[in-house]
Amino acid sequence: MKNYITKRLLLFFPVVIGVMTFVFFMIHLVPGDPVELMLGENAMDSDRERLRTDLGLNKPIINQYLTFMFNAFKGDLGRSIHSKMPVFTVIAERFPSTIELALCAIFVAVIISIPLGVIAAYKQKSIFDNGSMVISLFGISMPSFWLGPILIIIFSIKFGWLPVSGRGGISYIILPSITLGTALSAILTRMTRSSMLDCLKEEYVSTARAKGLSEKVVIIKHALANAMIPIITIVGLQSGALLSGAIITETIFSWPGIGRLTIQAINTRDYPLLQGCVLIIALSYVTVNLLTDILYAYFDPRIKYE
Amino acid sequence: MNNIKFKVQSSKFKAQILKNKLTIVGGFLIIFLILTALFAPFIAPYDAKEQNLYEGLNPPDYQHPFGKDRLGRDILSRIVYGSRISLLVGIVVVSVSASIGIIIGSISGYIGGRIDEIIMRLCDIVLAFPGILLAIAIMSILGPSLSNVIIALCAMGWVSYARLIRGQILSLREREFVLAIEAIGGSSARIIIKHLLPNVASSVIVEATFGMAGAIVAEAGLSFLGLGVQPPHPSWGSMLNEGRLFLLIAPHLTIFPGFAIMVTVMGFNFVGDGIRDLTDVKRQ
Repeated sequence: MKNYITKRLLLFFPVVIGVMTFVFFMIHLVPGDPVELMLGENAMDSDRERLRTDLGLNKPIINQYLTFMFNAFKGDLGRSIHSKMPVFTVIAERFPSTIELALCAIFVAVIISIPLGVIAAYKQKSIFDNGSMVISLFGISMPSFWLGPILIIIFSIKFGWLPVSGRGGISYIILPSITLGTALSAILTRMTRSSMLDCLKEEYVSTARAKGLSEKVVIIKHALANAMIPIITIVGLQSGALLSGAIITETIFSWPGIGRLTIQAINTRDYPLLQGCVLIIALSYVTVNLLTDILYAYFDPRIKYE
Repeated sequence: MNNIKFKVQSSKFKAQILKNKLTIVGGFLIIFLILTALFAPFIAPYDAKEQNLYEGLNPPDYQHPFGKDRLGRDILSRIVYGSRISLLVGIVVVSVSASIGIIIGSISGYIGGRIDEIIMRLCDIVLAFPGILLAIAIMSILGPSLSNVIIALCAMGWVSYARLIRGQILSLREREFVLAIEAIGGSSARIIIKHLLPNVASSVIVEATFGMAGAIVAEAGLSFLGLGVQPPHPSWGSMLNEGRLFLLIAPHLTIFPGFAIMVTVMGFNFVGDGIRDLTDVKRQ
């Protein structure tokens, strides 16, 4: 176990360095002069020079790189071009909204998919099983940038039940969570079904039945409890991916999270802010994956690093 | 003898595919998409770029079954022409990504050692960017255009093929038939091309089928965010982006392009699922 965690951590740090290196070079790979792109063609020379100095673009590239890495490790990601606030502060203000949305999306996905997957496995090859698998294929195929507007048309415009956009009470988060959670729900339904099918064939399930336990106890306490390990792993791995899905969902519903901030940074050519957003989303994703892997190894001692 | 065995296996495969109704539905959807893209000028009732500002946002009617957009362009015609962009992006991204992934994955898996370590760490870095984040970052650097969308999607797409091929080659290279060819002096390139790659072809086909769906959704997603194909070119994603502004007064701008994306993606997912089930011995 210790060995596995050490090796997994040793793999984690080169990835972090690699991601930071890519993010550093983002501003240098822009075709043309990044300062001109950020300030526009009509900017005064003095403003250009000031921004160039602020961003350190007049220093040798190796110095820029080392300064960027050193500052990033300290949590200093520079200042936003437009708001003039530290990038880290701007992101820290928005990040909780994205976490809130991601957690609600996971909740929606879990409450739909686990009962659906369990019943589909229990009634294998029935109409319910086939139906739920077809529905999950629909769910996987339905892009969030279509599902979101369709939900707005139905529930906000047609019936007027839920608000179109923004962040406020519970009613504001329902549609964004469903939009973000649908694809995860479809993946989890299929995963739960296949994991339950494996567990239902195990001898301990036959033993539980032979002992005269009720089907409900056999399914929930014996089969589902064992089927949960891969399901929890998928939830962990996919929850990191939700951060990327949040970019589109937050744009549709004007949800004030890091995803919308990323698009705003692109539209306003605020490169320091964009670099910060990309870095934080990628680092959150690899950290969640690392924690999931470690927890998986903890709960399933058969896992070892090959 | 081998020929007979192949024919029997091939006919079994066809029979199993025909049994799976969803795979057939998926196949028909893909054929429909291809035919629509190929014969777009004959199928589209109007010119996809022809504007009529007086009829902007008109709802569906007998002459324009999907209605008209903000500039009075026929939505059905734009969806028909948009299939060309989706299919083009899907085919180019999958072909380029698969080619790069196959070459890198084969080298990584067969040679192993330090080269394998470096390639795998590079893959880890690319995979550290969830979903289309890397493509969004690349598009923010390169600027929006169709060719840049293809570059961005290829930059993130090759990794899944490289890891798949590397994993399979790692297990195959220790097999007796490979050791036998090495013993008689077969070159590494010959072993990889003639003996290893044919053994991993089915996995690549499955990955490529899902890859087509992924590339089409990713292109539409980037265009939806305003980072992909730019107007006046009819991309399904940019049509949805425009529709978002008129959800209250013209929902038809959103409903039809999105439905086209969903049906197309579903087609590739159905076929991918069907082929995977047939080639996965464990599932059988």
